Amino acid sequence: MPNMRLDKNPMPAQDPLIRNGNFEEVTLGYPEAAAVDEAARCLGCKNKPCVQGCPVQIDIPAFIVAVRDGAFEAAYDVIAKASSLPAVCGRVCPQESQCEQYCVRGIKGEAVGIGRLERFVADWHMQHSEGSVAAPAQNGHRVAIVGSGPAGLACAGELARRGYAVTIFEALHVAGGVLMYGIPEFRLPKRIVQAEIDTLKKLGVIIETNVVIGKTLAIDELFAQGFEAVFVGSGAGLPSFMRIPGENLNGVYSANEFLTRINLMKAYREGAATPIKQVHKVAVVGGGNVAMDAARCAKRLGAEEVYVVYRRSEAELPARAEEVEHAKEEGIVFKTLNNPVAILGDDKNTTCGIRCQRMELGEPDESGRRRPIAIPDSEFTLDVDTVIMSIGTSPNPLIKSTTEGLEVTRRGGIVTDDAGKTTREGIYAGGDAVTGAATVILAMGAGKEAANSIDAYILGQ
Amino acid sequence: MFEILLNEKLNPTVSRMVVQAPLVAAKAEPGQFIILRVDDEGERIPLTVAEYDREAGTVTIIYQLVGGTTIRLAQKAKGEYLADFAGPLGTPSHTAGLKKVAVVGGGVGCAIAYPVAKRLHEQGCTVHSIIGFRCKDLVILEREFDAVSDVVKKMSDDGTWSAKGLVTDALKQLIESGETYDEVIAIGPLIMMKFVCKLTAQFGIKTMVSMNPIMIDGTGMCGCCRLSVGGETKFACVDGPDFDGHLVDFDEAMQRCAMYREFEAHERERACNLFTKEVI
Repeated sequence: MPNMRLDKNPMPAQDPLIRNGNFEEVTLGYPEAAAVDEAARCLGCKNKPCVQGCPVQIDIPAFIVAVRDGAFEAAYDVIAKASSLPAVCGRVCPQESQCEQYCVRGIKGEAVGIGRLERFVADWHMQHSEGSVAAPAQNGHRVAIVGSGPAGLACAGELARRGYAVTIFEALHVAGGVLMYGIPEFRLPKRIVQAEIDTLKKLGVIIETNVVIGKTLAIDELFAQGFEAVFVGSGAGLPSFMRIPGENLNGVYSANEFLTRINLMKAYREGAATPIKQVHKVAVVGGGNVAMDAARCAKRLGAEEVYVVYRRSEAELPARAEEVEHAKEEGIVFKTLNNPVAILGDDKNTTCGIRCQRMELGEPDESGRRRPIAIPDSEFTLDVDTVIMSIGTSPNPLIKSTTEGLEVTRRGGIVTDDAGKTTREGIYAGGDAVTGAATVILAMGAGKEAANSIDAYILGQ
Repeated sequence: MFEILLNEKLNPTVSRMVVQAPLVAAKAEPGQFIILRVDDEGERIPLTVAEYDREAGTVTIIYQLVGGTTIRLAQKAKGEYLADFAGPLGTPSHTAGLKKVAVVGGGVGCAIAYPVAKRLHEQGCTVHSIIGFRCKDLVILEREFDAVSDVVKKMSDDGTWSAKGLVTDALKQLIESGETYDEVIAIGPLIMMKFVCKLTAQFGIKTMVSMNPIMIDGTGMCGCCRLSVGGETKFACVDGPDFDGHLVDFDEAMQRCAMYREFEAHERERACNLFTKEVI
C-alpha cells in the first residue's frame, strides 16, 4: 500500500536567520527514513506521467521504487542512465513545473518530492560509492565540446558513455560554467559540482581549461585537429542593462559580475584575492532566479537591507516559488510593481540611491503576462549604496564571429533544429547559447538531445 | 600550468615576464590581452600582450607592480609556473591601411604601444613615436621604439631623461610643425589618453586609445569592464580594448578604475609583508 499522506516530507533546512549570515547549504537533504517514507507516496503509475516533465527523461517511478525498497545504489543507477548531474539537478531543477507538475498525487495534495528524492539518491551515492566508474569501451570517434556548463557536461557525459573520446574546452580556469560562477554555494555546494565533474573525468572526458573557443582556437581548427563533431554550449553571454542614467556608477554590478566575484572568485572569504564592495543597502533589479541568488548573496555579505525591485507583480516573478520563499524568510524585501528610472550617484561617482516609479498592470503583452504601466508622478528614491542589475543577458558574439556559416537569430542565439543541429554541418549547439537565459535542466536536456544527434551523425557517416 | 621562462625587472616598478603558452602565442596580435592567475588562490587580471614568438610558443607580458597580484607575479622565478594564462582576448588593434601614424605611449602603456608601433613599421607605415615617463628611472623599451620608429620624441615629467615635458607637448609640436597623421594611437594612463584626445580633437585627427579597465572573466560574461563610448555602454573585453578616443568618457573610466583602490592598497601591503618575511 502506498503512503497516502497528502503533503511531502518536509525538507530540513538551516534556520533562515542563521543561514542568511553564512554560505553553507540552505537545505540539508532528507535523512534515509524520510526518503523511504516519501518514496512510498509514489503510486508507481504505469503510464509514468512524471517522466514527460523531465527534460532528460529519467525513469522516475523506477528510481523511486528502488528508494522505497532501500536499494539506494540501484536507484542511483536508474538516474545515472539518463542524467549526467543528478546531485545538481536534485538541487536546482524547478521540479514544480516539470516532473512534479504531472504527478498524480498533486491532484489532491502535494506531488511526490521527486527532486528531493533525486538529491537524496545522488548524495547517498557520493557518500557510499567507491567512486569507481568503469570507462566504457572506446568507439574511436572524437567530439569537441565548447563550454563546461550544464549543456556541455550533459552532452559530454552522454557521448562518453557511448564510447566517444570527448574533450571539453572551457574558457575559465575551472570547469562547471554557471554551476561554478553563477549559482551560489548555499544553493549548490561547489564540492557537489566538482564530484559530478570528477565522475565525467572517470568516464574518460578530458577538460581543457583556459581555452577560449573563438579566440584561442576557432571551431574550424577543432575539425582540423580531428574532431568529427563540435557541440557549442557556450552559455548566455553579456549582461543586459536598462539604459537608464547611472548604470556605470561605482556600486552598480551586473548579477553576473556580482555572482562571479562571490562564487567563482570566493570574494566573500576573508583574505580572498578578488575584492567585492562592502554592501549595506542593496537593490537587485529583476525577478528571476539569478536575482534571487544575487539578493541572497548580498544579505550574506552583511547587507542590512536588500530589496528586489521588479516591475510586475509578485505573481509574475519568474523565479521559482521556493527561491522567492527562501529569500523572504531570509529578510529580502520585495518591491514589486516598481521600475527603476535612474541610479543616483554622489560626487565621487558612487551609487547613493535608485530612483523608481510605481507601476500597475494593464492588458497582457506578447509574453502573456500583464503589461506593467507606469503610474504618473509616482517616482520615489530608495537609499541604496549598491545596485545589482539582473535583467538577463545577450549571447556572446565570440563563436558566431569566428565561425563561418553558423547562423544566429536576430537576438544572437545560435539557430538549431529540435535535435540541436546548427546551420553548419557537424556543429551542434544547446543551452543558453541557443535559447538565451534558461534553466540548468533545459540546458542539460539540450546537451543530451544534441549528443543523440551527434551519435547518429557520426555513425551515419 | 604555464612555465615562466623569464621574469626580470625593467625598472623599480615594471617587470617583464616571458611565459610558455603556445596556443596564445599562435594567435596573439598587437592590442590583444591575456587573463592570468598567479596561483590557485589568485584573482584573474588582464595584461596586454607585449610580444609573442609563434615559433617558440612564448608570450611576453610587461606589467606594473600596482596591487597584490602583480607583486606576487614579480616574486615568481624562472622555472616556476602560472596557474592560468588564457587568451588572446579582445580585438586586435586596427593597423591595416595606415600610412602615417603617431604612436603615443605613457609609462607602462609603452609596453602596449610598442607591438602596435612595431606592426605599423613592418607594414611600411611611417611611425612617429612619442614616449613619456615620469623620470629617468622608469624608462622602458627605449631601444625597441628607436628600432621601429621614423621619429622618436622622448619626454620625462621631471626632465631627468631627454626632454622635460608631457607627451602632449611633443605631439602638439609635431602637429604644429606641419606633420599630418592618418591616426594617433595613444596608450598610457587614462589621464594622458584623455589629454591626447583633447589635443587631437582640436586638430581633427582620429585617435585610438587602449582601455584597460577592471575585468574578471575577460570573455564577455561579467560586464565589469564596461565603459561609455559615444553615449553607449561598451565592453572592453569583447568590443575593445581599442576605442575611438574622442568618444570615450574618460572621467567615468577613471572613477571606475578607482573602485577597489583601498582594497588594492591593503593587498599591496599584504603581498609586500609576505615578501619581507620570505626574504628574512
